Amino acid sequence: MAAMAAAMDEIIDISSRLGIDPSTIDLDSIVLPEGENMGIISDDEMIREEDNMEFDSGFDCIIVVDNIPEVPKEKFDKLENVIRKIYSQIGVIKDDGLWMPVDNNGRTLGYCFIEFNTPQEAQLAKEKTTGYKLDRSHIFVVNMFEDFEKFMKVPDEWAPPEKEEYKPGENLQHWLTDEKARDQFVIRAGSDTEVLWNDARHLKPDPVYKRAFWTESYVQWSPLGTYLATLHRQGAAVWGGASSFNRLMRYAHPQVKFIDFSNGENYLVTYSSHEPSNPRDTHRVVLNIFDVRTGKLMRDFKGSADEFAVGGSGGVAGVTWPVFKWGGGKDDKYFARIGKNLISVYETETFALVDKKSLKIDSVMDFTWSPADPILALFVPELGGGNQPARVSLIQIPSKQELRQKNLFSVSDCKMYWQSNGEYLAVKVDRYTKTKKSTYTGFELFRIKERDIPIEVLELENKNDKIIAFAWEPKGHRFAIIHGDSPKPDISFYTMRSGHSAGRVTKLTTLKGKQANALFWSPAGRFIILAGLKGFNGQLEFYNVDELETMATAEHFMATDIEWDPTGRYVATAVTSVHEMENGFNIWSFNGKLLYRILKDHFFQFSWRPRPPTLLSPEKEEEIAKNLKKYSKKYEAEDQDVSTLLSEQERERRRALKEEWENWVQRWNKIHEEERLERQQLRDGEASDEEEEYEAKEVEVEEVINVTEEIVSFEYGQ
Amino acid sequence: MRPILMKGHERPLTFLKYNRDGDLLFSCAKDHTPTVWFADNGERLGTYRGHNGAVWCCDVSRDSSRLITGSADQTVKLWSVQTGAQQFTFKFDSPARSVDFSVGDELAVITTDPFMEVTSAIQVKRIARDPADQNAESVLVLKGHQGRINRAVWGPLNKNIISAGEDAVIRIWDAETGKLVNQSDKENGHKKPITSLAMAEEASHFVTGSLDKSAKLWDTRSLKLIKTYGTERPVNAVAMSPLIDHVVLGGGQDASAVTTTDHRAGKFDAKFYDKILTEEIFGVKGHFGPINALAFNPDGRSFCSGGEDGYVRLHHFEQDYFSIKV
Repeated sequence: MAAMAAAMDEIIDISSRLGIDPSTIDLDSIVLPEGENMGIISDDEMIREEDNMEFDSGFDCIIVVDNIPEVPKEKFDKLENVIRKIYSQIGVIKDDGLWMPVDNNGRTLGYCFIEFNTPQEAQLAKEKTTGYKLDRSHIFVVNMFEDFEKFMKVPDEWAPPEKEEYKPGENLQHWLTDEKARDQFVIRAGSDTEVLWNDARHLKPDPVYKRAFWTESYVQWSPLGTYLATLHRQGAAVWGGASSFNRLMRYAHPQVKFIDFSNGENYLVTYSSHEPSNPRDTHRVVLNIFDVRTGKLMRDFKGSADEFAVGGSGGVAGVTWPVFKWGGGKDDKYFARIGKNLISVYETETFALVDKKSLKIDSVMDFTWSPADPILALFVPELGGGNQPARVSLIQIPSKQELRQKNLFSVSDCKMYWQSNGEYLAVKVDRYTKTKKSTYTGFELFRIKERDIPIEVLELENKNDKIIAFAWEPKGHRFAIIHGDSPKPDISFYTMRSGHSAGRVTKLTTLKGKQANALFWSPAGRFIILAGLKGFNGQLEFYNVDELETMATAEHFMATDIEWDPTGRYVATAVTSVHEMENGFNIWSFNGKLLYRILKDHFFQFSWRPRPPTLLSPEKEEEIAKNLKKYSKKYEAEDQDVSTLLSEQERERRRALKEEWENWVQRWNKIHEEERLERQQLRDGEASDEEEEYEAKEVEVEEVINVTEEIVSFEYGQ
Repeated sequence: MRPILMKGHERPLTFLKYNRDGDLLFSCAKDHTPTVWFADNGERLGTYRGHNGAVWCCDVSRDSSRLITGSADQTVKLWSVQTGAQQFTFKFDSPARSVDFSVGDELAVITTDPFMEVTSAIQVKRIARDPADQNAESVLVLKGHQGRINRAVWGPLNKNIISAGEDAVIRIWDAETGKLVNQSDKENGHKKPITSLAMAEEASHFVTGSLDKSAKLWDTRSLKLIKTYGTERPVNAVAMSPLIDHVVLGGGQDASAVTTTDHRAGKFDAKFYDKILTEEIFGVKGHFGPINALAFNPDGRSFCSGGEDGYVRLHHFEQDYFSIKV
């Protein structure tokens, strides 16, 4: 009320200035122009908005059950009891929530309405009891009450849909045609989400698009960089376009929590989990798979969280994201998920299981797809108390044929790492020592592309070394391992190909005692960052694996994230808001030169926009590499131009700033001079200011220390 | 040259002040005794005993004969610089945060903290030439700040009083009538409490430091924002070189939030910025804890910093400093 009174005061104040007597105005008669609210949201609107969030029509808790028996009056109570029994198992039926209409004779009509406490329960009831067989001739058909309106509207005769005129869309790949061949990235800081160019030549980012409250949780690029996906309460949305970011499609999925694109960005998987109405139940999860371009829902999966928990023989509950792993390269042909004692592989042509059944594999723990081919690698632990060995096997899809299998003994855990072209698979195997008290680690290296898939065993020189990190060189033949004990582990580089013995893995070098716990290969290979994140305060070492030499060492204090740009020219290191101080990001060149740094409070996310794979043939690429000097000349000249221009601009800017300052100071000094007398008076006439301050006066002081008189005898005529 | 480490205070430093000749340095700390040092070699000359609380601020008269100190014991005291004798005590109802002599040393502006029911205030006292004639009456009392007023100083010719504090707004008051003349707008102004304010020698401009991790340079007359210096730490102290166009910022992570892992996390170095280009030039490390106070010698050839660690570090610039080209 006080606010009201204050507002009223203001109105009176303004009107008196304008010469209007406020008492003569009927405030209610003022009507704002149509569609104009002067930036004020009326109270009604706010209430309406809030309502929308909660329910749509209020009828979403009601289901209609069809095909129930038609019974005379005498049997009404019995039937009602049966139905109530069936449905109260699923959810809480509201008081008077079950209504079975009858005709004039009291005979039921073969359907009834049931109202639940929550829409989720109604939804669940619909899913669970559609097709419920009460007896042979009564199979339930259940629909949402809300849907009836929709069903009624279906015209009796089929009419061909109107042809929509083709509207040319924007060029979604426009960002790739940037003249300066720059890359984009997205950042989230505070409530703002911003897409920027990495303008490394000018040593600053160049803004593309900025929007506050763009997403309600996080943003994600699609794997080929075409779309930027945002998450909202109502669902997910993708954005893209030529000049700015327009919304291209929306995917309805209330309370969506995670999203995942297929490798070829044809499909989008969305995930949400819902609190159960009954605390004893597990969470219900909903997964939808959409076609990205059309927005059509291709398939949905619903069930309890347990069903989607990762495999094993009954392992830990909890869903790990992504639930579905996409395989088979960029064609998006297959996707798979792991369940209890099975792996379900689906194909995208029909969105059904391949061969209509899942792969039955007892106690399967983990699986991964080859990044290039439809090959699954899976791991099964030891069974029967060690009688049945653990194994890693490779399975071809859709034939489901086992390509290769390796039995392993006394295994405690396995981790699988594919090389990005699917040429090699490294399996890190933790084995128990004989006493079973400790473990040691070795690697099984599969050469997928060679005949019969030969396997090689790699053991470190010191078998007891802990493995801290492992990483394949993208598209390459080398890999790096951080092994040993923190805080000073060693880093070793190996190659799968060496000059004299092509089929053997050889060690290239070992770097002793590095402060590192993470490896980041350049996407183009050859260069790697040995990073000490978290506990190591953000130590960075830029290493050239071709020459086996360190190019630079640097530090981004407290860095939490490191990401190479998709071309391997630049690296971003970021401190996200897990730390309080110094949030922001640094951009480095590939060889470890700091190009620029941006500080932003509440910095949440940094993500480079991915690029689709190159369209050049390998021969063409080789040719470019051979004649690199010729090509680079042009770009070096451009670089030179830009840097001269920049330094000139910078000089100009500085000169202007200096000049501006000088002018300002001069104006001030003039006033200061004019005020001199006044100042002197304030100081009782003491000559003020600078001039006397450092005046050196030479003063000669003569001091008489002592005076003595002495009589000197003087005699005439001596 | 190696800095001179001046150990004498037992608690965090709060304020540093050179006299006009630049031969004496006065330091205030949370222990109760302001101290005077030789500004050249860091030798301790003497202390001023009598306060019964943290001493937040001090100022020295133009002729270096009198010192005024403001303390958390709710008093402001006048001292004889030479003898260390107390000449007068102003009593308040709340802690005194800042003190500043006017041009001519006939007036002093004092700010008092909000305390219990009492709101913060700016008070102007007349300083009698002869301590025997001194009275405790306020010439002017200004109110209007929300929260603590961390600093209030005199504008040119004693016409204005410029104040800044926890509400992040800089206010300029008429020193005659006590009317609010001007205040910094929200858009350009600081976003978090202002911790410090340093006036240029000719009072043409001043710098403010704030917990919003920036310092800003303002025109004293128009209160126009001229420059902004961005940094990555909360700013506790600012100072300007009288000789070169440099601004020094000190600060660091709040003492209560200092992690025990790595001193680099705190950003406890004093950072030099080019005043005109607003670019960082270099940093001076050394304190183990945030910097709370900074002061430049009036000759511009040395500066000192006082830290939460209880030390004053006195730096004489090397010759190279004067030939730095940005």
